[in-house]
Amino acid sequence: MTTPDWPLFEVFIRSRSGLEHKHVGSLHAVDARMALEHARDVYTRRLEGVSIWVARSSDITASDPLDADAFFEPARDKVYRHPTFYPIPEEVKNL
Amino acid sequence: MSAQSDLAPGADARLHYVLRLADTSLILGQRLGEWIGHAPALEEDLGLANIALDLIGQARLLLSYAAELEGRGRCEDELAFLRDASEFFNLTLVEQPNGDFGYSIVRQLLVAAFQLELYEALQTSADRRLAEIAATALKETRYHVRYSASWVVRLGDGTAESHARVQAALDELWPFTGELGAEDAVDAAMVAAGIAPSAASLKARWSARIDAVLVEATLRRPSDSIYPWLGKRGVHTEHLGYMLAEMQFLQRAYPGAEW
Repeated sequence: MTTPDWPLFEVFIRSRSGLEHKHVGSLHAVDARMALEHARDVYTRRLEGVSIWVARSSDITASDPLDADAFFEPARDKVYRHPTFYPIPEEVKNL
Repeated sequence: MSAQSDLAPGADARLHYVLRLADTSLILGQRLGEWIGHAPALEEDLGLANIALDLIGQARLLLSYAAELEGRGRCEDELAFLRDASEFFNLTLVEQPNGDFGYSIVRQLLVAAFQLELYEALQTSADRRLAEIAATALKETRYHVRYSASWVVRLGDGTAESHARVQAALDELWPFTGELGAEDAVDAAMVAAGIAPSAASLKARWSARIDAVLVEATLRRPSDSIYPWLGKRGVHTEHLGYMLAEMQFLQRAYPGAEW
């Protein structure tokens, strides 16, 4: 089996109980319609989802790993941004 | 034409009719299964295998029902793996070899569009069991039609090469579609009992659906053949025997083998 020269699509699936679409993988297809059908066949065979999004991989702008320091390091020493400095009232459960 | 007499003593029209539906799904499912590992792309490999599994699932429901109707203590597996070609009653169309991808896709569209009309009509069958099976099969069949129709349009309205190939496939397979509208005593009995829709009414709706796809695919509808293919009466092309030899080998060589 040779894989044809088809563009790559990223696939996002919303599960039956989920509120948001989650990235599940990628596949090849000629266009968006075919990508949806392929996604149905490749990624929802075990009842994984009730909704599918597909997007051309080339349409996604990704952060550059080389920028990781500039992007993410500054947050590392700002632990006060985490909501862990509050005493939780005893009546509140499952927070 | 020893088919009818081989089937079973007391075999009635309903058993015959159910076997026609079951065998059509089973044989097409087996044919599509031959694509596994050979499809033009990984994604299509999975797509064809999914359809094959849907069809074999339909065949299991229908063969189980047929086994009950037959009442000889046989099970679905025995009906699938221990009958000879002359005891199979599938449409001649489904046993035709896979050819290239376009050929298989054209065959798939021609059959799936027919099954779609059939299952829709069977939902109101006087036979509750058939109505339930049809309702289950209908959903997946809608997808089979969507999948195969979109490929026929892509290939027909694609390159000169793809257009020529699917047109040739259509021309070659079309004569076998005559059988879709042919009725015999079994069909007539089923229609009279309110169990099945008339083949002529199914063929007319099928024809309209196919025409719409062919127009979009820029394909020419071949002229109808008067040759009466008789797969559903147990008379088959040579291809079915070879296919069954492979499909049934294990059960024939090791009777009762399980895994």
